[in-house]
Amino acid sequence: MNVTTNTESQRLNFWEKLYLPEIAKGMAATLLTMFKPSMTREYPEERWEPLGSYRGRPVLVMEEEGERCVACGLCSRVCPALAIEVQADETLERDKERFPKLFEINMLRCIYCGFCEEVCPEEAIVMSKDYDIVFHTQEEALFGKDKLLVPVARLQERLEFLRQYK
Amino acid sequence: MPVLTIDGRKIETQPGKTIIEAALDNGISIPHFCWHPALSVAGNCRMCLVQVGSQKKNAEGQPETDGDGNPVIAWIPKLQIACATPVTDGMYVDTSGEKTTKATNAVMEFLLINHPLDCPICDEAGQCKLQEYAYRFSKGESRFDELKNHKDKRVQWGPEVMFDGERCISCSRCIRFAEEVAEQPVISFVQRGDHVTIETFEGTQFDSPYSMNVIELCPVGALTSIDFRFKARVWDMSFNDSICPGCSRGCNIQIGVRDNTILRLEPKTNPHVNQYWMCDAGRNTQYAWVNENRISGAWLRKGGTLQQSDWKESYSSFAASLKQFSGKDVMFILSGMATNEDAYLTQKLAAHIKSTNVVFIERNDASFGDTKLRSADRNANSNGMAALGIKSLAPTALASALQGVKAVVVVGDEIIRGNEEIASAVRSLAFVGALSFNHCQTTEAAHAVLATATYAESEGTFTNLNRRVQHFTPAIVTTENMRIMGMKMSRLDKFGAHNDRWTQGDKRDCKQSWRIVQGIANELGAGWLYKSSEDIFNEMALTLPAFKNMSYDMLDTYLGVALDKGHAPEPVGIIYESHTLKPN
Repeated sequence: MNVTTNTESQRLNFWEKLYLPEIAKGMAATLLTMFKPSMTREYPEERWEPLGSYRGRPVLVMEEEGERCVACGLCSRVCPALAIEVQADETLERDKERFPKLFEINMLRCIYCGFCEEVCPEEAIVMSKDYDIVFHTQEEALFGKDKLLVPVARLQERLEFLRQYK
Repeated sequence: MPVLTIDGRKIETQPGKTIIEAALDNGISIPHFCWHPALSVAGNCRMCLVQVGSQKKNAEGQPETDGDGNPVIAWIPKLQIACATPVTDGMYVDTSGEKTTKATNAVMEFLLINHPLDCPICDEAGQCKLQEYAYRFSKGESRFDELKNHKDKRVQWGPEVMFDGERCISCSRCIRFAEEVAEQPVISFVQRGDHVTIETFEGTQFDSPYSMNVIELCPVGALTSIDFRFKARVWDMSFNDSICPGCSRGCNIQIGVRDNTILRLEPKTNPHVNQYWMCDAGRNTQYAWVNENRISGAWLRKGGTLQQSDWKESYSSFAASLKQFSGKDVMFILSGMATNEDAYLTQKLAAHIKSTNVVFIERNDASFGDTKLRSADRNANSNGMAALGIKSLAPTALASALQGVKAVVVVGDEIIRGNEEIASAVRSLAFVGALSFNHCQTTEAAHAVLATATYAESEGTFTNLNRRVQHFTPAIVTTENMRIMGMKMSRLDKFGAHNDRWTQGDKRDCKQSWRIVQGIANELGAGWLYKSSEDIFNEMALTLPAFKNMSYDMLDTYLGVALDKGHAPEPVGIIYESHTLKPN
């Protein structure tokens, strides 16, 4: 046998049962919030700038004489989604004899786990602050060196963050 | 027969063997860098230090035992190197005790002092003996705070080998190889102590036809292949066992493949054929023609030009062409690289159309042969052909032989090779059917061109110059075979999706010659039902006395079996692998 206790009529007092004062209270709360600082922003005109700890799309660090990457392929090995393809080549011009002839990240596969950054012995691949990655076709999702290389100056915040945990 | 005890295990061995050899024969591996079964003992890496002793004797000269009846062992106070200590009867060896472990740790720490942390850009990484031992025997820490020594990097020793002085651990394997196996003693240690490095003598270079073997021999990445340098990381490649088709020696090889492209060939140990080595020519020339300039699909000449058609149509058109001629007017020319199975079935097709004119062309090159591995007979399977009763034909006799026939079927060979006389003889034939790998002069003149699989895409057997039948398996994916069919796979092959570049590669539309021959024969009403090379080989084993009792499983187990020896194959013996990619 079901005995219903604690019904609405038992819980609410007289004023609450009237409803109208409660509506006025709600309206007041809305009115007050209008003058408080806004919690939303008008993306994409107004963009959010993440902190250094944020894991956005992985990028390659570009120094003055070229990329830091030595094409060791460890990122490609550790990538759980097999998103990274690296093809090494030899150069005699620079100090580092090895460089990536091809470096591609399939951004449809990337899961932003940051393992590539963690495993990199050269601090050459780091997670950036880019979070809005869009493309129309599968081919566009293959980010080559042209899209991946980012000057080291723009990645300072992330590199400093990484050094804290070395 | 001396009996010694290694780690509590009693081992009977031959006198004159060293501890490391006796251990290896019994499946115990003692860590080592400089020792190699095919080279003299140098004893300079000190990695194989073990504790050696014998049972104590009491005052009466009786062997002493403790309370439990276990022998009391008197250990030699200093550790001994297992590679240079001969076994004696009643010897006790300890390879895993505290003292030995401590010594091994110390040697590893010492070797790693000046070894650069190059692993990420080193081609050896992944199959490096030093890396492997660093995991197994090193403490993982170095007390060396000072600057590491700098030596010359990127020194070219010869046309094929690049030397990196910093990575070298001075084991002298390459020096001994050059002296003892390649017989070109041009490399030597220079300087002393931690400045020691290896150089070629002034005015010489290490250009022996076997020079590239030092690349696998080197336990670290100090010696790298100029041909391969930085092409791929080893763990991205799959390695499938095969046989080098470069000459009649039939060296056992492994084919390193990534992206369905052969990146390198390397020797695989076979004590009966090539020991641990192969020649540079085999390594460097036997993969480019598999990767490049390949025919894909079936092509028929219509109105003067070759036009692609489907396989079924090609078979019936090919068969219809053959039907126009009487058997004696058709000549079958087999490639010296055709497998036993291909040759057997081609012969059977010839018999089906009542032609007895089946030949293969001799490819002799006296300048190629030597007393080591290279054989002047450049046909991989001439002995197999001979065993099947297929006659050889000198290239000089080809033109006149062609004039006596009206149609010719070429199975996997380029017969013209720039020879005008042969070319005009081929052009005057009523029908030329070519089963070819590459675009060549023969396919230009052919009326029907069917793409065949190369040795790297086929399963089959070659019979080498010592009449040893050896089995090989495909390493490359075609439309005919798939990587899941028993082929070894790299991680990329296993987990790649269809839209990944590395699983796509260049997947050619080609078939093994015997399959094409069967297709044509069935159009001629033969009604053959061979499903695999193995079916054909099993039939050969039943019908041909030379192949009696043989099977692919048997060939794999015994690393090849000599013709007529199917009833009594030679035992394999111990296979020593210095350092390989693990797991593979």
